[in-house]
Amino acid sequence: MTDEEQPTDGEAVTARIERLHREEFGRIVAALARRFGDLGLAEEVTQDSFAEAVRRWPADGVPPHPPGWLATTARNRALDRVRRESTRDARHQEAHVLHGLPGDGARGSYGGSYGGTDDSALTSIPDERLRLLFTCCHPALAPATRVALTLRLLGGLTVPEIAAAFLVEERAMAQRITRAKQKIAAARIPYRVPSDAELPDRLGGVLATLYLVFNEGYLPRRGDEAVRTDLCAEAIRLTRVLRGLMPDEPEVMGLLALMLLTEARRSARVVDGRLVPLAEQDRSRWDADLVAEGHALVRECLRRHRAGLGHPGHHQLLAAVNAVHTDAPTAAETDWSQLRALYDQLYAVTPTPVVALNRALVVAELEGAGAGLGLVEGLAGTLDGYQPFHVARADLLRRLGRSDESREAYARAVAMTDNDAERDFLRARSEEA
Amino acid sequence: MTQYLLSVHGSVDAGEFGPYESHEQMMKAFEDTGRFNESLQERGHWVFAGGLMPAHTATVVDGTRDDVVVTDGPYLESKEHVGGFWVVEAKDLDEALALAAEGSRACRGAVEVRPFQSE
Repeated sequence: MTDEEQPTDGEAVTARIERLHREEFGRIVAALARRFGDLGLAEEVTQDSFAEAVRRWPADGVPPHPPGWLATTARNRALDRVRRESTRDARHQEAHVLHGLPGDGARGSYGGSYGGTDDSALTSIPDERLRLLFTCCHPALAPATRVALTLRLLGGLTVPEIAAAFLVEERAMAQRITRAKQKIAAARIPYRVPSDAELPDRLGGVLATLYLVFNEGYLPRRGDEAVRTDLCAEAIRLTRVLRGLMPDEPEVMGLLALMLLTEARRSARVVDGRLVPLAEQDRSRWDADLVAEGHALVRECLRRHRAGLGHPGHHQLLAAVNAVHTDAPTAAETDWSQLRALYDQLYAVTPTPVVALNRALVVAELEGAGAGLGLVEGLAGTLDGYQPFHVARADLLRRLGRSDESREAYARAVAMTDNDAERDFLRARSEEA
Repeated sequence: MTQYLLSVHGSVDAGEFGPYESHEQMMKAFEDTGRFNESLQERGHWVFAGGLMPAHTATVVDGTRDDVVVTDGPYLESKEHVGGFWVVEAKDLDEALALAAEGSRACRGAVEVRPFQSE
């Protein structure tokens, strides 16, 4: 649909506003936060602006340039609010302080200030979403808070939607978000993209937040749904935005590839509410477009490393692992020695027991379940509280014909999950042991 | 500029040398903290700072009711108490956190960073 077309049908207008909400909400909040130095204000007036569109567009028609209309309406409301407030001067001054720091540590290309009050500036809003993302994912905020703030301010999800996605009470989620905004304002968490020196660390926090959103959608810890697609879709959408804003960061590419290659398998992974393990999935059900896009990104990462541009990071290596899996036409044709090499590299970058566990499962494919089990048992001390450890151990014991021990391990794994689909799957497996 | 309270938390009443393992360590921490204080002043972050006597020397006074109640000891029963603090000026939380990291290394204790009300 082009901007000139005026949908008269109410449903079409609603759908249009919903799409604009996904695409423009974060951009408008970010621009206004930069201009007024007040996240709470930016969020509220952006929300108001969309509410106004819902009220007026069905009758008045969609304006010629909808994103500009939404941004202008939000900005005018913010100006009204600032003028009305009795603490006007204080607020102006505060806005000025935040606004007046374009140079400090910000990377030049993102440091452009949002000056001017004319509408031409509004129709080409500079993209301030990167600043907003780094603010929402600041290390002084707890990981769960970063996730909630990112979904609210950049994703435009409502508080009830976020509360429902994380199975948290609405009031508790509202409080978490309000308190976070309070902390950002009171403690002066800066609204800027970190300097090059801080960037690797801080970018890690942003990527971890986006991956948490994705994983909560892909592997919900609780509930009767095996997958919560809305969260996966939102995580991918935000990672695409980040990729657009930081096109040269290979770890961003890696994370996007990792998500795409995981998402590609979704409809084969859950069939009629049942979980199907990777080895047994019907590979023709994988989304070929997502696989192709993911593979292209992994190849782009590889090209950079061959050209001597640094070593692959955590997300790129995980993406490469998924590329190997999705490259095999059948499970039997999986290139396990390639996977072992990747896990060796991954362990060098991230020497955690979880990586060691996954590497052990690859060894089990190459050298037999016994060899794998030996490595897995060595992790019992550190991973006893980690549910996938018990799943892996149970599976290897089952393959070795050690039925009693296997069933015991499955029982522990079942007791440690609240996801119904996974529980059913593990119970069925246990009966086969 | 915002003012932040940087408070040092530790088991101040732990042993002969407070939270430190030996006399030498204690002296080294004092020396490093002194140097950190000087550098705060040189860089214009310094507002105020001080070390506190052990928590068992504290007294709680509650004047919220008709009779003023005086109690021996710190307000919270805890193994860890505030042992000292800085009040610093910084342009934002990132700068305050960086100062706190320097202070923590110098005094060998975890530091809590908390903004003051601005008005």
